[in-house]
Amino acid sequence: MIPAAFEYYRPKDMDGVLSILEEHGDDARVMAGGHSLIPMMKLRMADVPHLIDLQDVGGMSDIELTADSIRIGALVTQADIIDHARLAAAAPILREAALQIADPQVRYMGTIGGNVANGDPGNDMPGLMQCLNASFTVVGADGERDIPAREFYEAAYMTAREDEEVLTTVTIPLPKGGYAYEKQKRKIGDYATAAAAVQIVKDGSNCVSASIAMTNLSDTPIYSEDASAALVGTAVDAAALDAAVAAMLEDIDPTEDNRGPIAFKNHVAGVILRRAITRAWSRA
Amino acid sequence: MKDEVTREERVDNLKGMGCSRKRVEDARFTQGKGNYVDDVKLDGMIFGDFVRSPYAHARIKSIDTAAALEVPGVLAVLTAADLEPLGLHWMPTLAGDKQMVLADGKVLFQGQEVAFVVAEDRYAAADGIEAVEVEYEELPVLVDPFEALKSDVVLREDLVAEDGSIPDGAHGPRKHANHIFTWEAGDKDPTEEVIANADIVAEEEMYYHRTHPCPLETCGCVASMDKVNGKLTLWGTFQAPHAIRTIVSLISGLEEHNIRVISPDIGGGFGNKVGAYPGYVCSVVASIVTGKPVKWIEDRMDNLMTTAFARDYWMKGKISATKEGKITGLHCHVTADHGGFDACADPTKFPAGFMNICTGSYDIPTAYLEVDGVYTNKAPGGVSYRCSFRVTEAVYFIERMIEVLAIKLDMDAAELRRINFIKKEQFPYTAALGWEYDSGDYHTAWDKALKAVDYEGLRAEQAQRVEDFKAGKTRKLMGIGLSFFTEIVGAGPVKNCDILGLGMFDSCEIRIHPTGSAIARLGTISQGQGHATTFAQILASEIGLPADSITIEEGDTDTAPYGLGTYGSRSTPVAGAATAMAGRKIRAKAQMIAAYLLEVHDNDVEFDVDRFVVKGAPEKFKTMKEIAFAAYNQAIPGIEPGLEAVSYYDPPNMTYPFGAYVCVMDIDVDTGVPEIRRFYALDDCGTRINPMIIEGQVHGGLTEALAVALGQEIAYDDMGNCKTGTLMDFFLPTAWEVPNYETDYTVTPSPHHPIGAKGVGESPHVGGVPCFSNAVQDAFRPFGNTHTNMPHDHWRIWKAANELGLHG
Ligand SMILES: Cc1cc2nc3c(=O)[nH]c(=O)nc-3n(C[C@H](O)[C@H](O)[C@H](O)COP(=O)(O)OP(=O)(O)OC[C@H]3O[C@@H](n4cnc5c(N)ncnc54)[C@H](O)[C@@H]3O)c2cc1C
Repeated sequence: MIPAAFEYYRPKDMDGVLSILEEHGDDARVMAGGHSLIPMMKLRMADVPHLIDLQDVGGMSDIELTADSIRIGALVTQADIIDHARLAAAAPILREAALQIADPQVRYMGTIGGNVANGDPGNDMPGLMQCLNASFTVVGADGERDIPAREFYEAAYMTAREDEEVLTTVTIPLPKGGYAYEKQKRKIGDYATAAAAVQIVKDGSNCVSASIAMTNLSDTPIYSEDASAALVGTAVDAAALDAAVAAMLEDIDPTEDNRGPIAFKNHVAGVILRRAITRAWSRA
Repeated sequence: MKDEVTREERVDNLKGMGCSRKRVEDARFTQGKGNYVDDVKLDGMIFGDFVRSPYAHARIKSIDTAAALEVPGVLAVLTAADLEPLGLHWMPTLAGDKQMVLADGKVLFQGQEVAFVVAEDRYAAADGIEAVEVEYEELPVLVDPFEALKSDVVLREDLVAEDGSIPDGAHGPRKHANHIFTWEAGDKDPTEEVIANADIVAEEEMYYHRTHPCPLETCGCVASMDKVNGKLTLWGTFQAPHAIRTIVSLISGLEEHNIRVISPDIGGGFGNKVGAYPGYVCSVVASIVTGKPVKWIEDRMDNLMTTAFARDYWMKGKISATKEGKITGLHCHVTADHGGFDACADPTKFPAGFMNICTGSYDIPTAYLEVDGVYTNKAPGGVSYRCSFRVTEAVYFIERMIEVLAIKLDMDAAELRRINFIKKEQFPYTAALGWEYDSGDYHTAWDKALKAVDYEGLRAEQAQRVEDFKAGKTRKLMGIGLSFFTEIVGAGPVKNCDILGLGMFDSCEIRIHPTGSAIARLGTISQGQGHATTFAQILASEIGLPADSITIEEGDTDTAPYGLGTYGSRSTPVAGAATAMAGRKIRAKAQMIAAYLLEVHDNDVEFDVDRFVVKGAPEKFKTMKEIAFAAYNQAIPGIEPGLEAVSYYDPPNMTYPFGAYVCVMDIDVDTGVPEIRRFYALDDCGTRINPMIIEGQVHGGLTEALAVALGQEIAYDDMGNCKTGTLMDFFLPTAWEVPNYETDYTVTPSPHHPIGAKGVGESPHVGGVPCFSNAVQDAFRPFGNTHTNMPHDHWRIWKAANELGLHG
């Protein structure tokens, strides 16, 4: 569990980061909290001859709330998200989800930027961001661009971000309605067996909009448009729940691992989604 | 002189037996000031680490070390070819087999040690490992012991004669090239006859999965050969330092007085640190070759994948009874998967450990046990993970068989136990498989436990829950797990217990200092059990000096008396007895000194807490402190100066702690998630030395039981790849997963132990595993479940529910 030798850089600004990235191409990688990257380097599953620590680059540690959106700097930690009272009031699902990630020690180090940029299907934030229809701002030599979370994930560890780009900000439209982040895991600190992020808006007794995303049930997070649509216009009754679950099951593609075989994962995915919808609906 | 202090206060001042004295070790542990093997840092120390096999079964065609030797900082790369001239490319195992130190032509399990890279630091060693080029030719892999017994694939060519015949092994005839031994206990024919003619017979097959003790500190050592004086010092994570010294001497040819083995602080052992590992041998050789101290420390994956596993028993049982539920016979067959080498840590004459305690706490007149050991392409080991030798397997087996029989009889499992318990007046009781249980009062313990949890009430609640479930009102079932266990600990009497010929006595040596404090050294070694605290308490009560004035030292073979170490809950039963006996020798001499000082006859003084008093005249006394001073500084006719004693204790019998556990669990049928609502543990470990330490041991043992029952496993795929080599997949519970435990006790002293103590460190694990498992099984009993294998992780619980049709 000892990584191969690497050069360590700690630039003071983004220009410094970008120039090292440009010089070394995919031999260089940025590090935020290091709680996904360092374990992979120690297992020698990631070979990073040039490691660029982002901690001294300013301007990526703020949480800003405006009338219609939330902007979270890439270096904001999961612990910061949990502790931020105004954020918890504006988007309580963020806190509910962050509390189910890893354990307090990991959450003090792990960042939102690292969590969404990592591309590990086990990470919880990507699915959550798809549910919330967030977008990610990345900066590279050619300037900034925004990538919607729902278009960011291509395959395990493959994202729409180029190797020479750095993710700086996560922007989330102010969420509305009821919410729930439901996660089944084997123990504290474990990635999900199945997890569901749900936001539902209710008008009168009917659902007027819904958003559903699933975690660790495919090689990317799964935003299920059909499952979301199955709830809209219904009173979120048993039939609507069945339809949403059926639609979600069409979209996921779990694999067997130590958590269990595919049949089990599909079943649990359905149960977890049902519970998430029910809880979100009760809060809507 | 008037005695101002009351007798009660004098007792309290000693902090002797029965006192919840705070652990003296914790001052350093809680401040990060422990001294573990990885804290040993010597001048010029270098590091070694292994190239390990990625394959479970392969021939080694070549090993090229040239590129590795080019890596900056790499000093040497050892292979089997380098060890062979020294005769060290293989080493003996504790089970009478031999094991490759470095791969000799082939590998038998994933992670096997292939080459040892020695470098100036760990980083260089890790880079050197990457640069060693090994060419493998893959061979067919056997991961299933039943397949292995049928297969033409020979795992151990070294154990097959040239003409293809199968020579006997260390434990007698072998039936097949991949067969290790058959071991029997009890009477085969009578048992089969009883079962064939019985009113009721219940049968079950169960797999007790492979798991791992996973101590927080992994294994490691520092070997330092001083070429000037010819002395080898070996620091390491050794649960049996003296045995390691003798083994090192036997295999290296170094004289034993030139070897000093030191076990510093050890961060948990649980059986994992009993055996000898290739890392120790390679470190010693590397130190001899380089003349420098060599450190080897496993990482977590090395530890989980290659050092001693536990369990892996396929058990097949038959139990017979009358219609009224009186058990008449028990039959058990075990297929034991030992991996590539037989490296089980058992007393040599017991290749399946004390599996023959599998009649449990019940008066079963006839029984038979047969165990077949088998080689497969898995890591070697087979240690007793927080239990005496294979006792967890035995207790799991009988506690499951009882439940299965209860189902067959349509009877309450608590009542079935009650009518079959060995009765108090039957002790000492000789079981059908040979052991003589020293003492017990099972009915009292059982009644107390059932009353404490309101057993009747729980069953009523459970019945209601089943109704509600059937009516669609809930998706959670309720399970009530019962277990009643009898442990067999304190190995053991030298007449039947030895390890490689080393008798399993233990020892204590005491020196009283002139000012009335003392040091005692023992042949055991604490790995977190708190010996420095409890052994001082035993002595305090025996010799009347405060525990706080007594230093306990273990683990340095140059200073400690010979002993067989700490595992199998043997420290208190054996070394604790030696401590009491040595203390009594001190007291006997002190009595003579006191009598001289008080100018009376020896028989006219008696011991009272911390002093000798003149019989009938308690105002005339000499405290132990005064006596200690006199022992050194006063010329006493006919008595040598000094106050020291040593005792080597060969126990007349094992001790048999027991206990009654109840677990209440809710199970989410849809997700397979269990929730432990309540866990009650009553332990009877005989005389209680330190109730707080007992409670701590019970909490720890139960938590490891929870782990094993609910998810902890070492699993392999068909290619022999270990699937659970990191803590992401190997279940180690945290405070979050652990319920609140309720502890309770009864006290039934051991009649043959000097202070009546029986040992407790492993009981909660032994009793806990079947209790957690039985709770899961019990939840599904109303729907037709008889047995489902552990570990009961989410998906397997879900699978059990699914197969019973509970998902609609
Ligand atoms: C024991 C344990 C349990 C865990 N459990 C969970 C869990 O249940 N759920 C969960 O979601 N996560 C879990 N994690 C992962 C944890 O949340 C990580 O901290 C997180 O995934 C990555 O954040 P980080 O800041 O540590 O990123 P790093 O490890 O520093 O980086 C991860 C990857 O993202 C890239 N990266 C980081 N920041 C940026 C950026 N600003 N721009 C571009 N690329 C970037 C890095 O180059 C790297 O490839 C667990 C981790 C551990 C150690």
